[in-house]
Amino acid sequence: MTNHWVDIKNADLVVIMGGNAAEAHPCGFKWVVEAKKERKARLVVVDPRFTRSAAVSDFYAPIRAGTDIAFLGGVINYLLSNDKIHHDYVRNYTNAAFLIDEGFKLEDGLFSGYNAEKRSYDKATWQYQKDKEGYAMVDETLQSPNCVFQLMKKHYSRYTPELVSRVTGTPKEDFLKICGMMAETAAPNKTMTVLYALGWTEHTVGSQNIRTMAMIQLLLGNMGMAGGGINALRGHANVQGITDMCLYSEVLPGYLSAPTDADKTRDEYLAKRTPKALRPNQMNFPQNFPKWFTSLMKAFYGSAATKENGFCYDWVPKKDGAYDAMAIFERMHQGKMTGFVCQGFNPLASLANKRKVGDALAKLKYLVIIDPLATDTSEFWKNHGEFNDVDASKIPTEVFRLPANLFAEDAGSFTNSGRVVQWHWKAADGPGESKGDSEIMAALFLRLKEMYAKDGGKFPDAILNLAWPYRIPAKPAPEELLMEISGKALADVTDPKDPTKVLVKAGDQVPGFAMLRDDGSTSCGNWIYGGSWSQAGNLTARRDASDPSGLGQTLNWGFAWPANRRILYNRASADLAGKPWDPKRTVMKWTGTAWGGNDIPDMRPNAAPEEHVMPFIMAPEGVARLFSPIMADGPFPEHYEPFESPLDNNPFHPGNAKAKSNPAARVFKSDMDSFGTAKDFPFVATTYRLVEHFHFWTKHAHINAVLQPEHFVEIGEELAKEKGIKAGDKVKVRSNRGHIKAVAVVTKRIRTLDVDGKKVHTIGIPLHFGFKGLTKPGYITNTLTPFVGDANSQTPEYKAFLVNIEKA
Amino acid sequence: MALQSLDIKQRSATTTPAPSVRQTTEVAKLIDVSACIGCKACQAACMEWNDIRDEVGINTGVYDNPVDLTAKSWTVMRFAEVEEGGRLQWLIRKDGCMHCADPGCLKACPAPGAIVQYANGVVDFHQENCIGCGYCVTGCPFNVPRISKDDGKAYKCSLCSDRVAVGQAPACAKACPTGAIQYGSKSDMKDYAAKRIADLNERGFAKAGLYDPAGVGGTHVMYVLHHADRPQLYNGLPADPGISPLVSLWKGFAKPLASLAIGAVALGSLFHYVMKGPNEVSKDMEKEVEKETEQ
Repeated sequence: MTNHWVDIKNADLVVIMGGNAAEAHPCGFKWVVEAKKERKARLVVVDPRFTRSAAVSDFYAPIRAGTDIAFLGGVINYLLSNDKIHHDYVRNYTNAAFLIDEGFKLEDGLFSGYNAEKRSYDKATWQYQKDKEGYAMVDETLQSPNCVFQLMKKHYSRYTPELVSRVTGTPKEDFLKICGMMAETAAPNKTMTVLYALGWTEHTVGSQNIRTMAMIQLLLGNMGMAGGGINALRGHANVQGITDMCLYSEVLPGYLSAPTDADKTRDEYLAKRTPKALRPNQMNFPQNFPKWFTSLMKAFYGSAATKENGFCYDWVPKKDGAYDAMAIFERMHQGKMTGFVCQGFNPLASLANKRKVGDALAKLKYLVIIDPLATDTSEFWKNHGEFNDVDASKIPTEVFRLPANLFAEDAGSFTNSGRVVQWHWKAADGPGESKGDSEIMAALFLRLKEMYAKDGGKFPDAILNLAWPYRIPAKPAPEELLMEISGKALADVTDPKDPTKVLVKAGDQVPGFAMLRDDGSTSCGNWIYGGSWSQAGNLTARRDASDPSGLGQTLNWGFAWPANRRILYNRASADLAGKPWDPKRTVMKWTGTAWGGNDIPDMRPNAAPEEHVMPFIMAPEGVARLFSPIMADGPFPEHYEPFESPLDNNPFHPGNAKAKSNPAARVFKSDMDSFGTAKDFPFVATTYRLVEHFHFWTKHAHINAVLQPEHFVEIGEELAKEKGIKAGDKVKVRSNRGHIKAVAVVTKRIRTLDVDGKKVHTIGIPLHFGFKGLTKPGYITNTLTPFVGDANSQTPEYKAFLVNIEKA
Repeated sequence: MALQSLDIKQRSATTTPAPSVRQTTEVAKLIDVSACIGCKACQAACMEWNDIRDEVGINTGVYDNPVDLTAKSWTVMRFAEVEEGGRLQWLIRKDGCMHCADPGCLKACPAPGAIVQYANGVVDFHQENCIGCGYCVTGCPFNVPRISKDDGKAYKCSLCSDRVAVGQAPACAKACPTGAIQYGSKSDMKDYAAKRIADLNERGFAKAGLYDPAGVGGTHVMYVLHHADRPQLYNGLPADPGISPLVSLWKGFAKPLASLAIGAVALGSLFHYVMKGPNEVSKDMEKEVEKETEQ
């Protein structure tokens, strides 16, 4: 979230799209109710189904799964053609005025620079025009045909209400009503907040779905404002923390881009990741990349990391390809992996295409499961009748189950969707032989280290020299880990302007990432968490709910990364002169000598308005990107059909088969045959969670099993009638990858949509069920989903694919 | 449940006058249907606090689960899909005991002290006095009490009388994530409801209102409804609930006589027991009770 949970109450309009907050985030949803009750906010829900969120909304509109960009592109067109934008904001705080390379174009659904063989773009023509000093050129009148504003206007002029309705199935008048409601928040003192979740990310155009709404929020001037922002609701307890700490191969902790084979030396690596400012006077905060990275290496390797050895840069793995979850399972499926450690992850149930995942696991020599529960994955090899019809005698994989504690059985920190890191205390001992995850990892590590020390190996250095400064090496304490993550001074840190002035004494915890250095004098496990455990102690354990502003900022409750800042880009909540756009909801203002207000400034505190330091400090431009030169699949979001679409072509580009679905989405060659067509699978399916369950956990808990005991699928009344299905009937749902059986729920809440001249039925499939647990044994929903990923994040397309249905 | 520090205002099949020295505030639970997302946290909290665990059921083609109130599910969410003027509404109502000011169950109950009404308005079943006759089921205008298959006794929501007695909100109200379940004095709840109704009026629900039906003397569980003119839209919430005339007759005229008769029978039984020891009569009574239950 750019804002935070409590801040939702400050909104005038709440839009839930690509998510179902009431269902998946019922506790946080209280702030939506609060906004409605106390601020008279309106709630709009756009979703293929009339959801629990829709049940308490002021206005609901249906949409065909996978057509959000068409809808939102239409909103952009509406705002621009009706002149409903926040002009001062757009002109000053976005790249609307920036001039783009004259070679940039969109032709027949493909942006300039497309390479069909590689399914990727050469982005050379997507760049800014630059002057002699290397700064981006701008046209402040916004009139040049090559400025972002005009390019954007042209790009979205194609998204007419008629075409939007034809593609999305949303009735035109519903679409226009929502446009009108959003447009009202272009007023400087009105804000819209946007709540989304996996309903936007889990598409082959996932990142662009989100970007389109971010553009709308910029056009309306709602970023940085209280009650505004673009807010990702994270679905799993501490999935925000996992992302921040980077249990991914793509980045290092704190979203530092990981080195690849191409980054031969530390200098090359750093040079590529340390941008130069693209406009004069801008903060260009990523210029500090070397400080964050070097401090991370000191946390990894301690005294072994020296200036002389490039702070052990050579020991950091260099990616030679993709290593996201789908790429890992593709490798496993090709028989290229020996072992897999599966910690807090139930891939058989939660990854797309269960059959492929099961087949892949069967090619491993060993599988280690670290989990509090007996997951479905841990029994992928066992025959569970029709639900997991495998022959154990043909599966050689050896499976080890290491029982882990649940979160309440350990102390530690949780990071919520609003980036607020909150310490939690141990509530109970784990059952039986269960151990904390860090204890399990420590045991594995110490054993490996011993083996390397004794037997040697191909590359022992990185293991033997890993810093392990814990009081009890076999049991690193959560407190020690957070201190390490937050960072400390290894030598005195001095003021760059006055070397005699010591800012942080050697051995002290750093107060924040501003004190990190690139000379090896500081260590920090994750720069964005810098200062969460300062000399003042564990700030994440603070529980002071006082809220002088009444905005719910509660600066002394826990610790929000970065720098305890509650609303990102908050400098943008004030005009150029530093006056709040809405004085009743002041987040930030210029006091005459410094930035102050009700948050930690997202700005150099003494940057006077006359200096023209713009609010988006993480961008070298200093402003937000309506046009993004760095996305994998286009600088402007464009509508592409889901990989499995009920339509024959993309109505925006009917003549170009290459532009039917995202031309840069990631597909493995071996999966090309696994897609189905509308001829055999005429219905659109989408998967989701239910409020009664939490992923694949709570099917193991009695009360949750009572509340939602059995797998079901939801279908509309029209389809039910067509197929002779009644509520309560067992049905079989098939995709080209397999089938499931479940109980039919027949509902008015799923409407048949008119799309491009034909009727499109949607089938809704909850995901929580499986063959392990206390709920009725069931099929795994992800038997049906396709193994194809978003062009930028490689997230699979769980939310829009094709199926057929019949009475079982 | 017999553990309470509250005065009892009414007691089933009892004519002893109620105590009247202590001052007690009438309480109420207000269910704001317009803020309810049907998450069933109230159902989970009810099971947790009251130590009841229903069976893992099946899906019958609806979101409702368990599909009905049982002796082990004292509250359930009922989901209704209502389409009007091309707009769909998903009306989700938390169902359970309404804690009537004039409780039909208590009036109908022939077992002394099996049903009580506290001075704060809560109607509570004391299972240790329950004979399982099922008259409370017949007497309830909302079809709430259920007879347990395990012990043959009647069960229903107690408004967490044990929590309420010590100044805590009922478990469901405490667990509700959206504030759709509010708890407090009845007059505070009416004030709160008035604000919510004004808000709903402003959002286009001209007929929004409070459900506090006069036919049962008002209730200590009230609803804010978007369509107060048509409560039956909410999965058959009765528009004008009242106590069956038969129960009134029973209460007004026949019950004192019947109680006398039951007393006489009891006395007779005791005499019989003392003289001859236990006999088979109890089996017959059980059968009788079962028959009642099935009705």
